[in-house]
Amino acid sequence: MAGGTGGGETIMATREFAAHEAHAHAAPQGFIRKWVFSLDHKVIGLQYYFLALTAVLVGMFLSLLMRIHLIWPNITLPLLGDIKPETYLTLVTMHGTIMVFFVLTTAPQGGFGNYFLPIQIGAADMAFPVLNMLSFWVTALAFIVMLGAFFVTGGAPLHGWTGYPPLSAVPTAGPGEGPGADMWVISIALFCIGALMSALNFITTTLDMRAKGMSMMRMPLTCWAWFITAILGLLAFGVLFSAGILLLLDRNAGTSFYVPLTVFSGQIVAHKGGSPLLWQHLFWFFGHPEVYIAILPAMGLCSQLVSVFSRKPIFGYKAMVYAMLSIGLLGFMVWGHHMFMSGMSPYSAFAFSIMTMAIGVPSAIKTFNWLGTLWGGRIRLASPMLFAIGFVSLFVSGGISGPFLAQPTLDIPLHDTAFVTGHFHLIMGVASIFGIFAATYYWFPKMFGRMMNESLARWHFWLTFVGTYCIFMPMHYAGMAGQPRRYSQFTELHYLEKLIPLNTFITFAAFVTISAQLIFIFNLFWSMKAGKKASDNPWEATTLEWTTATPPPHDNFGGHTPVVYNGPYEYGVPGAPRDYVMQTDPTTVAAH
Amino acid sequence: MASYTPTVSIDNPRTSTGGNGALPPDWGSAGDNFGSHFFDTRLRRARLGLVVGLTGIAMIFISFTSAYVVRQGLPTLDPRTNALLHDWFPVPLPRLLLLNTLVLLISSITMELARRQAARKACAQFSSMPGVSVDAKSEMSWLALTVVLGLSFLTGQWMAWRELAANGFYVASSPSSSFVYLLTGMHGIHLFGGVVALLSAGFASLLRRSADSQSILVDVTGWYWHFMALLWVYILCLLEFVH
Repeated sequence: MAGGTGGGETIMATREFAAHEAHAHAAPQGFIRKWVFSLDHKVIGLQYYFLALTAVLVGMFLSLLMRIHLIWPNITLPLLGDIKPETYLTLVTMHGTIMVFFVLTTAPQGGFGNYFLPIQIGAADMAFPVLNMLSFWVTALAFIVMLGAFFVTGGAPLHGWTGYPPLSAVPTAGPGEGPGADMWVISIALFCIGALMSALNFITTTLDMRAKGMSMMRMPLTCWAWFITAILGLLAFGVLFSAGILLLLDRNAGTSFYVPLTVFSGQIVAHKGGSPLLWQHLFWFFGHPEVYIAILPAMGLCSQLVSVFSRKPIFGYKAMVYAMLSIGLLGFMVWGHHMFMSGMSPYSAFAFSIMTMAIGVPSAIKTFNWLGTLWGGRIRLASPMLFAIGFVSLFVSGGISGPFLAQPTLDIPLHDTAFVTGHFHLIMGVASIFGIFAATYYWFPKMFGRMMNESLARWHFWLTFVGTYCIFMPMHYAGMAGQPRRYSQFTELHYLEKLIPLNTFITFAAFVTISAQLIFIFNLFWSMKAGKKASDNPWEATTLEWTTATPPPHDNFGGHTPVVYNGPYEYGVPGAPRDYVMQTDPTTVAAH
Repeated sequence: MASYTPTVSIDNPRTSTGGNGALPPDWGSAGDNFGSHFFDTRLRRARLGLVVGLTGIAMIFISFTSAYVVRQGLPTLDPRTNALLHDWFPVPLPRLLLLNTLVLLISSITMELARRQAARKACAQFSSMPGVSVDAKSEMSWLALTVVLGLSFLTGQWMAWRELAANGFYVASSPSSSFVYLLTGMHGIHLFGGVVALLSAGFASLLRRSADSQSILVDVTGWYWHFMALLWVYILCLLEFVH
């Protein structure tokens, strides 16, 4: 027997107490225990996913309002009325916060990581299921509190997703800086707690629950990515949590950690001696690793998909692992590059600059390996692959402006312009989102037992791919031409008049791209009900999730524990009956 | 039989350091009857989880430490003279804190005694080891004593806060007093978490928790408790000596 397509017949070894254990972890009955307060990592993964989906709709709507306001500043919107400058800043703040925390951090790690990490390493669940449930519900609560900020006196805050004090620390500093800002800080602190618990679970599960034969270097790169992301989360979210506590104390207990002696609205604040730079250091010590928290899972997934759909082993598996590890490590040493504008010793700036450009090396290794995997492959351009290639494209396009911004002399003129908006949206925003789309199209058959509609998926891909480039590439030019970011109105500035057509183009591109997402939403829900029935291994992939039933049973492998004999990327194996060998296939041993 | 060669050929499946895909610990009533192997797996996993969790907690206090050090060196603007001056002056710490430290260190010892009793009990459950006597009562009394000492420490910390306030040092009085309250408060909250865990271990039978689960809970809370004691000594040294 060789190259099984999955199912129980390829799972060779079981241990006797597995059956007992399965019994100990019997599937819950009843709606509440099964779908609401579930301990099952698969249900929790779906909960995270749908939380992120809700959040992305909110975030997208806010971005649309911003784009409309930028080119038609005097328009009155039905139900919403005028967008005042401070309302625009609120939109900027909430769009950024919701997208970074509740979409880019939540979906790739909390959603797909929760669902597929245990299955891909051959475990029956996460290490601590109760903690896993708590992580989700704390995150959900954080999201509710965040949305609640819109509905309190003064509305949502306007201090940006980076929450720089003294603006964020003084309740009288502006509309929305009262209760709304408190709710923002509390939401972030709650999110940190959820993320820390989740990181704990991911790390313990990866280190301690791998199936027999699943050595670290036989893990799929997705698992490596989730593992490294969890380590980054563990080290970074604690710092943001501390920063948030200090901010809450400054806001409510009269302390002066961040607030210097300053004047707001003609009045001296009741603080003195604090340092706004302290917040910036703490925040960006979290904030830069956060960029990698958002993108690493997409990198892992992209590596997986490029290999599966090129029918070739990944080019340089170990190099990929080490590149991700070094990106994670370097990510903690570069926070200062967000603060060139804040003023720092030129020596520090130089060091941060060099470290930042050093990240280009592992990033280039990864890109080279993706291309190396594609090279000469028998490429199957299915929708997950389209999005994976789209990811590589966006990663390169967005990443290439990184070394520009890493240099203080270039960063200072570009920092407060739309150039930066274009840069981080391409690389951190859209690239990660493409990872989420790719993961959705790839794993949907396993999660829901049906295929997504391929034609709709292609429409979705091309409109989104072209659309996002049309939105974010012109922003680089607008930025170089001096268009400031965060300004609610620029149309009346004489020197920016020539940029009005470009901005109008961006806004229309945003309309089209956002509309294209409706295709995705429709495809997602329609396919759950009416999609073509999926086989257990529709993509002919080798990893463990494709050896089990579709959708996986409660204990993932139906009372068995898989034993792993092969690496995760055995594609195009010469002489094999099929062109791939499952990780659980023991015949390779017999052949040897 | 197939005769192909995989790109990565491996003679035998290597046994990973993982738990062979074993199920996660069950927090309900199950887990008693699966033998010492299963218990060991659960214990190892819980300890690993604890180490990871403590890393996260350590990061929180490392951030506070860096803020503490940075804030000390910052000058502030005097609006009357328009000159920069240093406004950091250390808060005289109440002597009571030394007594509290002693109480916490003693509680760490009682915690260790309870943890060792729990470990013995778990060993004896799976093998009749001659010469190992299991005294469930003594474990419970060490646990109870640890809880009492832990609560005494927290009460002592509260009294130290009162003393600080009586001397005119409130949370917002000065930069250093802010840090004293912040660090002692955050440590107190974490230690209180340990007290709750111990209480839940103590009432394991009421909570329908198995003997295994109780032993594991006592074990990891023990290590957590030691970490908290160490953390406290660190915080005290930071507040007293780093100026």
